[in-house]
Amino acid sequence: MIEEVLIPKLGVVTDIRIDTPDVKTFRVVAPDGKKVFEHIPGQCAMLSIPGVGEAMFSITSSPTNTEFMEFSIKKCGCLTDWLHHMEVGQQVTIRGPYGNGFPVDTVFKGKNLLFIAGGIGLAPLRSVINYVRHYRDSYGTIDIVYGSRSMDDLVDYKEIINEWCVEEGVNVHLTIDREQEGWDGHVGFVPNYVKELGFDTNKTVIICGPPIMIKFTLAGLSELGFDKTQVFTTMELKMKCGVGKCGRCNIGSKYVCKDGPVFRCDELDELPNEY
Amino acid sequence: MVKISFEKLNSLFEKISEKYDLFVPTKKNDGQSYFEKWEQGKTVSDDLNTVRSAKDFFFPQHEDIVSFKLDGKNIEITDERREVRPFVMFGVRACDVRSFSILDKVFLSEPVDTFYKAKREKGIVISLACQKPSETCFCTTFGIDPTEPEGDIRAWKGNDCYYLEGVTEKGNALLSELSLEECDRTEVDAQIENTKKILDRLPLGKLDTDSFGGDKLKELFDSEKWASLSESCLGCGTCTFVCPTCQCYDIKDFETGHGVKRYRCWDSCMYSDFTKMAHGNPRLTQLERFRQRFMHKLVYFPANNSGEFGCVGCGRCLNKCPISMNIVKVMKTLKGEN
Ligand code: SF4
Ligand code: SF4
Ligand code: FES
Repeated sequence: MIEEVLIPKLGVVTDIRIDTPDVKTFRVVAPDGKKVFEHIPGQCAMLSIPGVGEAMFSITSSPTNTEFMEFSIKKCGCLTDWLHHMEVGQQVTIRGPYGNGFPVDTVFKGKNLLFIAGGIGLAPLRSVINYVRHYRDSYGTIDIVYGSRSMDDLVDYKEIINEWCVEEGVNVHLTIDREQEGWDGHVGFVPNYVKELGFDTNKTVIICGPPIMIKFTLAGLSELGFDKTQVFTTMELKMKCGVGKCGRCNIGSKYVCKDGPVFRCDELDELPNEY
Repeated sequence: MVKISFEKLNSLFEKISEKYDLFVPTKKNDGQSYFEKWEQGKTVSDDLNTVRSAKDFFFPQHEDIVSFKLDGKNIEITDERREVRPFVMFGVRACDVRSFSILDKVFLSEPVDTFYKAKREKGIVISLACQKPSETCFCTTFGIDPTEPEGDIRAWKGNDCYYLEGVTEKGNALLSELSLEECDRTEVDAQIENTKKILDRLPLGKLDTDSFGGDKLKELFDSEKWASLSESCLGCGTCTFVCPTCQCYDIKDFETGHGVKRYRCWDSCMYSDFTKMAHGNPRLTQLERFRQRFMHKLVYFPANNSGEFGCVGCGRCLNKCPISMNIVKVMKTLKGEN
């Protein structure tokens, strides 16, 4: 019979990393040990535990990783609770990839890139960051502003410190909301930090985080002289099918699962404010 | 054109039933019509609307997708798609037939919905021309001609016979299997002319659609009228379930006792949990949900489908809404006519 998108494939969890008190990163491969499918940075997949639920998660690993996919998942409901309790070796069902992904091979090519993330919002950006790091010569400067509530809430902290921070031409700016013992980095909210850092507008911005953070950061960027056409973000709405048919995830005439989740900020302005 | 007399209709249906599951609209004890599998003794109802639209044939209220067996950490996945038996639907009205092409745009666009496609391929639609369109009919607003409905075969009910005309290859193939008596169009043409006169006088037959469409998105979305329009909506979802073009669905899991079945079922944008996530809901009140239903039909669907509206004017939502709200009132109010 011909393939049906709603019928999932099998995945096996081969590694579980505890990132923060409420975020874990799961490594998933097919039962034969290979990758379940290929993807573009910014695309998502439907993960499920039968009987518990199915939900959309962004793929946090880069497509340049040829061995496995990773998902950084925050505990916030029934399915994610279950996922947080599972052990290595657990099978899950997986289908995808869904969505448009970031234009890494077109618009972003040759550009200076500024990544801005808050909290779990780093998850979808990590795929892009590691992708452009892999093809370093195809892109200009890379700046990363990443903030979280506390030091313990920074996702992927080890990779940030051991890989991103030491790489030449990659500038990492970390911040946490409040002073904390053992933290000698910047303290303050992401939107203010971005303004303080005062970036040159010769950059393409990729932003992801809580809606309120995005709202204030966009305002700050516009003060700095950035245009909305330079800013890309990724959206999150409730999803069921992932392919623009179940009618659930639309903002106006656009389906986030199919036409998104990546939007240029001026495109979002064209849509009704219902997200 | 061929014809079949009323006396011989039963034997025709019998013949069709040998190879196909045949469905016809029949009146039930509640006085309303439903599509049911034909068997001796069942007669074709003349009602314009069946309670449930004909979309059920291709997009049933619920259908199984997959089943899972869980064994420790392992999962076994079984495809629950089933072979579809060829079937014939007799007596589908023009509005419902058009709804199929609207659903096609959703389910047959890439990636194709194979559940829908399998049924669509195995189904033969015999449409039936309307003779006495009702006051709540407004298919003509959307360019539908109920005197000459689309379908694989179209039929007209004459004084003592049904007239049939093949439209598609599939339809012609079935007609040739049935070897019916050739005839001329005289009675049919007279009937069409007569029905057209009635259509011209229908109160809702020529609603103005110029104020709607993909390019009116912002102004209609921001209209102040949504508040009063949605004020009494119960959020019952009736309008979405009876609507032949509503296609929203949910995917759910069900513990069977020896495994898990995953099925899809109709859902409604009118329900409060439709877009609810663990961390919030973009459509918090009934106003937003109500607006979504009508914006989808009148703005979003045309925006994505070269101007075609997502309503076929069947009138079901006019007849069934418990608070008498409906798409016609919405259109008129948004245009400032109410
Ligand atoms: S919106 Fe109402 S009139 Fe239009 S197709 Fe749906 S049920 Fe029929
Ligand atoms: S418009 Fe009417 S039928 Fe539809 S949900 Fe509201 S009350 Fe129910
Ligand atoms: S998740 Fe079904 S339409 Fe987007």
